[in-house]
Amino acid sequence: MKILVCIKQVPDMESRFKLNSDGTWYDETDLAFRMNEYDEYAVEQAVQLKEQLGGEPEITVLSIGPDRVVEAMKKALAMGADRGVHIQDPKYYQKDPWQIASAIARHAASQNYDLVFTGMQSQDRGSAQVGVTVAEILGFACATTLVGFSYDNGVITAKRELEGGTKGVAKLKLPAVVTCQLGLNTPRYPTLPNIMKAKKKEIAVQPIAELLQEEELTATARMYPPARKGGGIVIEGDVKDQIEKLFGILKEKTTVLRAA
Amino acid sequence: MKALLIAEYRQGKLLDSTYELVAFAKELGAETAMVLVGSAADAPKFEGRLYLADAAKYGEYNPDLHKKLVLAAVAKENPDYIVFIHSSYGWDLAPRVAASLRTGQVSEVVALVDGKFEVTCCNAKMRRSVAAKGTTTVVTIQAGAFSLQGEPQGSPQVEALELAETAAKVEFVGYEAAEQKEVDLTRAEVIVSAGRGVGKKENVPVIAELARALGGELGASRPVVDAGWAPHSHQVGTTGQTVSPKLYIACGISGAIQHLAGMKKADFIVAINKDKDAPIGEIADVLVVADVMQFVPAMTARCAR
Ligand SMILES: Cc1cc2nc3c(=O)[nH]c(=O)nc-3n(C[C@H](O)[C@H](O)[C@H](O)COP(=O)(O)OP(=O)(O)OC[C@H]3O[C@@H](n4cnc5c(N)ncnc54)[C@H](O)[C@@H]3O)c2cc1C
Ligand SMILES: Nc1ncnc2c1ncn2[C@@H]1O[C@H](COP(=O)(O)O)[C@@H](O)[C@H]1O
Repeated sequence: MKILVCIKQVPDMESRFKLNSDGTWYDETDLAFRMNEYDEYAVEQAVQLKEQLGGEPEITVLSIGPDRVVEAMKKALAMGADRGVHIQDPKYYQKDPWQIASAIARHAASQNYDLVFTGMQSQDRGSAQVGVTVAEILGFACATTLVGFSYDNGVITAKRELEGGTKGVAKLKLPAVVTCQLGLNTPRYPTLPNIMKAKKKEIAVQPIAELLQEEELTATARMYPPARKGGGIVIEGDVKDQIEKLFGILKEKTTVLRAA
Repeated sequence: MKALLIAEYRQGKLLDSTYELVAFAKELGAETAMVLVGSAADAPKFEGRLYLADAAKYGEYNPDLHKKLVLAAVAKENPDYIVFIHSSYGWDLAPRVAASLRTGQVSEVVALVDGKFEVTCCNAKMRRSVAAKGTTTVVTIQAGAFSLQGEPQGSPQVEALELAETAAKVEFVGYEAAEQKEVDLTRAEVIVSAGRGVGKKENVPVIAELARALGGELGASRPVVDAGWAPHSHQVGTTGQTVSPKLYIACGISGAIQHLAGMKKADFIVAINKDKDAPIGEIADVLVVADVMQFVPAMTARCAR
C-alpha cells in the first residue's frame, strides 16, 4: 500500500499577525511556524495504519511552501513517515485551494497512491477544500471530518463528526482520500532516536512550476484584522486590582454576585 | 442574478439552516432555486423552484450521488452562485461540485462587502476579502452568519430530480447519537470554561472550583475535551452544547468560531486570556489580560470572602 499525507506548515495561532507588503497575506517575519494541527492527526493515523499492517505501507509526506516547511516534514518523518516530497513554492499563499489541490493531485497521479490523508482544514486559510478537491480530481472515494478511522481488507470505516456531537459512519473502498478532524487520535511525540533516524530519510524537492498547470479560480483582494465591534472593557495590570475591577463590573451588570 | 441553494436534511428532518441560505440569497439580491435531497412532506418555504430528490432513494449522506443531483440542477438553472452552509454536509459536498464544474469556491463567508466575500482566517484573528473569477462560484456560508428577518414564506414550484445511475463510492452505514449528557449546561446560570490555555489536566479542577464558587458549572473548549481533561458533556460549541447562561467566563480560550457559536448568546461574557488580541475579545464584555492560573485561584478566593 502507498500512502500520501499532505501537511501544511502554519504560524502559531497565538501570534500577532501583521500584513505583508501587498496586503493580501500575513508577514512571516517573527512568526513561529508549526505543523497544521489537523495534519498532525493525519500523520498519526497514517503511521498507526502502517503499524497495523506490519510496516508494509510506505508513507510519503508532502508539503507545498517555502523552505521552512521542511521543519514540519522532518517532524512527520520522525513520527514515522518514510519519505518526503517538498514542493517548493515561496509564493504558496498566492495559490488558491484549487491550484494547491491540482498540484498535489498531479504529483499523486504519477505515484499510484492507494490512500491520501489530509487535515480537514488549514489553520491559517481554513478553506477545508484541498483534500476533497484532490479526491475529486483523482476520482478517489472521499470522506471528510474523521473522528474515527478503521481499516480492514481494502475498506475504510470512517466515523464523521456532525454538528451537535452526532456522528455519521460510512464505508469507502480504496483508493480514497480522508480528511482528519481534531481528536481523531493522539499524535505521538517523536522520540530522540526517531528524530535521529528521520535525518537520514529522503526529502525530494520539486519546484511548483513543474506541477502547476492551473490558473487560479479565486483571489484574495486583501487581508485585514476584523473590525472590533462590542466595545468590551479590557482590564490590564496587577491581578488584585483586576479582580476588584471585575467584581465591581459583575455586581453592576449581572445578578450572579448578588449573594456574594 | 441567480443563486442555487443547497438545503440540508438530516435524520428525517429539514434543517433550519436552510433559511440562512435564503437570507444570504436575499443579501446577494439573487433569485433563488433550491436543491433538497429530502422529502416532499418537509419542503422549505421560499419563492422559486425546488429541485427535490428523495432521501429514501439517494440517502442523507451520499456525496457522489448528491453531487450529481446538484450538477443536474446546475445544468437546468445555470446559477451565478451555488450556495452551501459551511457544515459537515456543505464542506464535504461543495468542493466536489466546484471541482466538477472547474469553478472557484469561497469557503465560510461571514459577510458580503462591495461584491466581494469576507471570510475569516488565522483562527478568526484576520479576515480576507476574496473575489471569485469566472461566471459561476461555489460559496459556503458560515453557520449563523446570515439570518432571515421574519418567518419563512412562499411556496416553491417542485420539480423532481432523478438520476439514471446510482453507483456510489461511499456507503453510508448510519448515525451514532451524541453521548448521553451527564451535565446539562443549557440550564446553568453561570458557566466557567477551561480552554487549552489552562495548560494541563491538573489545572482543570482550579477552573471547576471557580465555577462552584459562583454556583455554576464547568464548561470546556474542544481541545480540553479531546485531550481527556474534561468529559465531552462539558464541551461548549458547534459539536458540543449551545448555552446561554447569565454569566460565561472563558479561561484560556482563544475564541474560535466553533466555540463562539456555542456561547455567544450568554448575557455577559468575561474572558481571561494572556493575549490581548485573542479573538474572544471581540465578543467579550470584559477581557481580563492575565495568566489564568494566577487570576482564577485569586478570583475563587475573592468569591469566598
Ligand atoms: C468542525 C469543527 C468543530 C469544532 N467544534 C468545536 C466545539 O464544539 N467547541 C470548541 O471549543 N471548539 C471546537 N472546534 C475547535 C475550534 O476550532 C478551536 O480549535 C478550539 O475552540 C480552540 O480551543 P481553545 O480556545 O481552548 O485553544 P486555543 O485556540 O489553543 O487557545 C488557547 C488560548 O489560551 C490563551 N492562553 C494560553 N496560555 C494562557 C495562560 N497561561 N493564561 C491565559 N491565557 C492563556 C492563548 O492566548 C489562547 O488564546 C471545532 C473545530 C472544527 C473544525
Ligand atoms: N501548502 C500545502 N501543502 C500541503 N498540504 C496542504 C497545503 N495546503 C493545504 N494542504 C492540505 O489540505 C488540508 C486542507 O487545507 P485547506 O483547504 O487550506 O483548509 C490541510 O489540512 C492539508 O492537509
